[in-house]
Amino acid sequence: MTLRALFQPHRIVMMVLFAIFVIWCAMSLRWDWIPQYAPLALEGLWRTIWILIVTCILGFLLAIPLGLAQAIGPWYLAAPARVFCTVIRGTPLLLQIWLLYYGLGSLFPQIPWIRGSDLWPYLRQAWPYAVLALTLSYAGYEGEVMRGAFSSVNKGQLEAANSFGMPRFTMFRRIWLPQAIRNVLPTLGGETILQLKATPLVATITVVEIYAVSSRVRSDMLIVYEPLLLLALFYLIIAGVITLLFRKFENRVPTR
Amino acid sequence: MKLKNIVKATVTAAVLGAGAASAEEVKVGIAAEPYPPFASVDSAGNWNGWEVDVINAVCEAAELDCVITPVAWDGIIPSLTGGTIDVIMASMSITDERKKTIDFSDPYYDTPTVIAADKNSDIEPTAESLKGKIIGVQASTVHQAYVNAHFSDAGEIRVYQTQDEANQDLVAGRIDATQADSIALADFVSTPGGACCEIKGSVPDDKAILGLGVGAGVRKGDDALREKLNAGIQKILDDGTHAEITSNYFKTSIYKK
Amino acid sequence: METLLDTLGLAQSMELLSLSPPGWGGNLLRGLVNSLQIAFGAFGLGLVIGLFGAYGKLYGGVVIRDLLGIYTTVIRAVPELVLILILYYVGTDLINQASEAMGYGRVEISGVVAGIWVLGVVQGAYSTEVLRGAIQAVPKGQIEAARAYGMPAFLVMRRVTIPAMMSFAVPGLANLWLIATKDTALLAIVGFSELTLETKQAAASTRAYFTFFLAAGALYLVVTLLSGVVFGRIEKWARRGQPSLRAGQSR
Repeated sequence: MTLRALFQPHRIVMMVLFAIFVIWCAMSLRWDWIPQYAPLALEGLWRTIWILIVTCILGFLLAIPLGLAQAIGPWYLAAPARVFCTVIRGTPLLLQIWLLYYGLGSLFPQIPWIRGSDLWPYLRQAWPYAVLALTLSYAGYEGEVMRGAFSSVNKGQLEAANSFGMPRFTMFRRIWLPQAIRNVLPTLGGETILQLKATPLVATITVVEIYAVSSRVRSDMLIVYEPLLLLALFYLIIAGVITLLFRKFENRVPTR
Repeated sequence: MKLKNIVKATVTAAVLGAGAASAEEVKVGIAAEPYPPFASVDSAGNWNGWEVDVINAVCEAAELDCVITPVAWDGIIPSLTGGTIDVIMASMSITDERKKTIDFSDPYYDTPTVIAADKNSDIEPTAESLKGKIIGVQASTVHQAYVNAHFSDAGEIRVYQTQDEANQDLVAGRIDATQADSIALADFVSTPGGACCEIKGSVPDDKAILGLGVGAGVRKGDDALREKLNAGIQKILDDGTHAEITSNYFKTSIYKK
Repeated sequence: METLLDTLGLAQSMELLSLSPPGWGGNLLRGLVNSLQIAFGAFGLGLVIGLFGAYGKLYGGVVIRDLLGIYTTVIRAVPELVLILILYYVGTDLINQASEAMGYGRVEISGVVAGIWVLGVVQGAYSTEVLRGAIQAVPKGQIEAARAYGMPAFLVMRRVTIPAMMSFAVPGLANLWLIATKDTALLAIVGFSELTLETKQAAASTRAYFTFFLAAGALYLVVTLLSGVVFGRIEKWARRGQPSLRAGQSR
């Protein structure tokens, strides 16, 4: 957007109105709690971001075999992959998170050796369940996208590689995967923003990310709008950064 | 012009549809998350428990036409100030912090605050005993405020949407202790699900945080309703209804002057 | 091993899930009905907002276009959970202030109406984009032909644009419907007794977490799969008399 486009008369009026709204918010709402909660908010923000990054990467890595199995796998691999994607996409994420956290939690007392195992310090925490649930969810949605991406790679190229006697794995690594990834790249930004929008759900299983911090402020200060508005602003900024990053990334990838 | 009229009609219809109930009704807000033995929902969808019985008794004594309305505990005060409900009777302690936003009736019960933990642990309700331990509390409660103020040395303070979730994680061993109202925790450890754990004693009192008992919350300035509720509470205390309801659930009185 | 079998014990689960009390199956179904009601309403409201939004974005003035741009961008970048909380409190506040100003006193807003309002506003942003794309995909000539016959704008919309765009819009709308059914679960956090909250209450009361969460998951899945079938039919119907998409693409 050029500067000139930004300074059309009606946009200037809208910006002035928005500025008045911001000033009104700053003057008449309560913001005195910010210094007290700022360290907690930063911690929460950081947790939101790393959960987002980790689950997107892990989910994408899991999506590749899921897509591949559905696109070319034998039926005994394709069917489970298909069922997995359908179930993940057909049920609410909130329910999946609760099933993992409270469902598994209700099994622990019945299996005593778990408490003695080395994994227990991690199983006691909430974040492994959050990461697991969000990873599976991302894999489920992205697996479906990857299936389409793998199927749409030009078959002639694969046949050519085959006739050169290229080993199957090299073929996958050098021809198939790069093209499939380039096919899904335009959708990845959107999927990542969807994943960002899913992160506040993990607050319901006691993970203290930025949404949980805003809930804490709401209940401590007995105020409603201020933390929610600030929270919405945070998410807008993160979503904006994601969009910019992916645009930059996309421009770097050569297209035909 | 036409479009404007359509929009207007839709908005009016939505508003009228929303306000179908009569104005005389008093919506008594309880937490949508069960809090046994004070309020829990059975499989037929009916709410029952000590507090629900008391709500009905107070409303009858005060001649109010009450409708029990479950709302999320997390947003129960905004629901009151926003008009979704008219009264909060959800085991809410009367604290100065809350009094800045809403008014309270006289208290209708008052119980000590306790810590529950695994039977095999040597946890005590003191700051040094809880050092480095994981404590679970329910969000937006006096217990959360208390733990933050007094047990800040704890390894971690985990905040749950409901006390039931904290209890569940105590059984699962994910937290070392939980702090809540003595009656609620006594009820929990007496169930088969809570057999792992026991009450380790009450925490040192701090009236400023833990409050002066549980009262009914009303919107600021809604004095007429508050007076009616006070009269109702006084009446059931005087005529023995309060004691009778209590005897159906507990062995001892949970009201102290 | 025996305890594990007990947790997975099917006989016990069936008892817990039976439709009449003391089973909790009835509660789950009641929650499902509530969820579907809210999803239907929100989807419908979203369609209405989306239709006006799409027309505004395509044919509206600069101000309307910018405002709609802000609306769709904000809604699609902020988590539904946060939007639901903001819209819920803003909605109740505004209606109360309006009705107090008009002298009616406070009004109560039922859970279903509030749920439809918050999810509908969220859905509206997505439908705006779906419908805008679909309207753009309608060949210009058809609309111009209708105008040339002197059809008024509203009639063009009703008789030409909407029927012609249906086949382009249905896949996107099917997706939105699925999002609507799943988003109703978020209302559990605000305390509406829809399927997910009913499930949680049942699970907490009986300690049978696995049984109830799996049962609720199965119910959601049934809704999803049935919706897939229904929308498949609708798509076929919307596309009647048109060359198949594949043939259209190869031209």
